[in-house]
Amino acid sequence: MNREKQPTLPLADAELARFSDRVGFFTLTQKEIKRFWSVLGQTVTAPVITSLLYLLVFAQAMKGRAPVYPGVDYTAFLVPGLVMMTVIQNAFANSSSSLTQSKIMGNLVFLLMAPLGAWEWFAAYVAAALVRAALVAVVMLAVALLFVPLPLHAPLALLGMFLLSGASLAVLGLIAGIVANKFDHLAAFTNFLITPLSFLSGVFYSVHALPPFWYAASHFNPFFYMIDGFRYGFFGQADVPIWLSLLWAASCLAVLSVICLWMLMTGYKLRR
Amino acid sequence: MNTCSPDAGNVALRIDGLRKSYGKVQALDGVSFDIRRGEFFGLLGPNGAGKSTLINIIASLVRADQGSIGVLGHDTVRDWRSARRLIGVVPQELVFDPFFKVLDMLRIQAGYYGCGREAWPWIDELLSRLDLADKRNSPMRALSGGMKRRVLIAQALVHRPPVVILDEPTAGVDVELRRTLWTFMNELHAKGTTVVLTTHYLEEAQDLCERIAIIDKGRVRVIETTPQLLNRHPFRFLRLKLANSGQLPEALRPLVAGEKDGSIELRLERDKHPISGVFAALRAAGLDLEDVHTREPDLEDIFIELTHDHSRPAANGGAR
Ligand SMILES: Nc1ncnc2c1ncn2[C@@H]1O[C@H](COP(=O)(O)OP(=O)(O)OP(=O)(O)O)[C@@H](O)[C@H]1O
Ligand SMILES: [Mg+2]
Repeated sequence: MNREKQPTLPLADAELARFSDRVGFFTLTQKEIKRFWSVLGQTVTAPVITSLLYLLVFAQAMKGRAPVYPGVDYTAFLVPGLVMMTVIQNAFANSSSSLTQSKIMGNLVFLLMAPLGAWEWFAAYVAAALVRAALVAVVMLAVALLFVPLPLHAPLALLGMFLLSGASLAVLGLIAGIVANKFDHLAAFTNFLITPLSFLSGVFYSVHALPPFWYAASHFNPFFYMIDGFRYGFFGQADVPIWLSLLWAASCLAVLSVICLWMLMTGYKLRR
Repeated sequence: MNTCSPDAGNVALRIDGLRKSYGKVQALDGVSFDIRRGEFFGLLGPNGAGKSTLINIIASLVRADQGSIGVLGHDTVRDWRSARRLIGVVPQELVFDPFFKVLDMLRIQAGYYGCGREAWPWIDELLSRLDLADKRNSPMRALSGGMKRRVLIAQALVHRPPVVILDEPTAGVDVELRRTLWTFMNELHAKGTTVVLTTHYLEEAQDLCERIAIIDKGRVRVIETTPQLLNRHPFRFLRLKLANSGQLPEALRPLVAGEKDGSIELRLERDKHPISGVFAALRAAGLDLEDVHTREPDLEDIFIELTHDHSRPAANGGAR
């Protein structure tokens, strides 16, 4: 017993510092991208087809109506709203379903035990959700452009609206994933929050066409600003000024990020 | 033996005043002890003793209500990043990520710890040492339970942690892997890795661990080197088979520890009940012996003694 043996080589702190935290972040981002990539049919193809069907049906049904904005054909008007709606839904779905699934399968322990900080988790999940959202948006736009020509008035505003909105929803998805204990909870989030708010946000119409109550109510719906601002990027005209839309999207992102980072830092619902 | 307070530099895991309750259940009720650098340490206890709770707190999966953990001097809360890098934990539950293949899983795991391509040769070695080489490209969900366990073990070792904690790594694992695993662990241990192990196979713990803590109901019942633990109870077992189906004399009845297939096992305290006394009593009663066998107490006897769990079948130390 107690035979003499080599003690563990003491790891100097300098040696610890050699590990790169960035590798952890990139690995998690890559893993999250691979995850949705391995089921591309569900995560990209299906939502794109659904949205294109909306486009087809509504464009047919509303044919010959007066244009919403002067000089903008209804079908053209419809495209940016549908793209943003798809971005919203997919950014949310990506982070929320990934996290909830890991929680239910139990493999979240690998991440919880790893030396990854709140910011790295946060950034990796958001980045992966943005990649999926961008993929969906680009495919949709590419298909739509075959049928409807679209102007590009303010590309930077467009990009800004995409990033702020996509990131907001990715963060909301993380929050939902942390709070949800099962897929039912997540479905409730989607069915009672995401879907109604995205349908009541002026995707298919200008809010100016709404009765006064709903017109006023729309102005408290963040998705309305996300869609309106995104549309501005294409047409240079919208229901509210672009700066207001950018402000709403940025505020959403800020508020949600604070909540989410707080949850990740304290281990709320993640570490028992 | 240098059992008393080792200096701080020599401590792999410092567990200090840990308490954790789940509602009314006090899973850990003030647990403090040190595990020394380079030690092969066994953490034993009956189901629900609090072993996994302790390990999960070390792995920062669970937050302690009170107390702290230091991993090679790094506090798991204040200095969590360093602390987490220094440990590799094999969780008790068979968890896996169904989206990935074995090799991807290990590379991802290495990445979480900041290791890139430089870890790949080590990953290959782990795969072959754990007999997973031909499964490297299998999807995780297609593996059998034992295979998934092997991947879990590989995952815990992928960043070459100096402290390895295995929570029942041999549950549901075949004899072959159990052997390979212990050979491998012994090798890592010989190179200086601290290994902490929980298991319900007590012979495993007895063979492998240099020091053992037995915990029960959230408290440490005993923490000693394995030989100390084995010598702790000055008794031994004597198994007798009486010829001509004779009856044991009244005086020896209180010593019976078990009975099986006509053999009787007596539990003798070394100083109170010398074996010669037993034979004298038998002779006085005119009984003949068909067979005799003595057995030193093993860890299982000590374990049962300490945790007072008489419901276990092994408690009738019968004819094993
Ligand atoms: N998440 C939880 N919620 C409620 N109670 C829990 C939870 N985890 C553990 N417990 C309780 O804490 C106690 C200790 O459990 P723990 O898992 O640490 O035991 P163990 O020693 O690992 O047992 P086993 O040998 O069965 O693995 C048990 O009474 C258990 O029921
Ligand atoms: Mg356990």
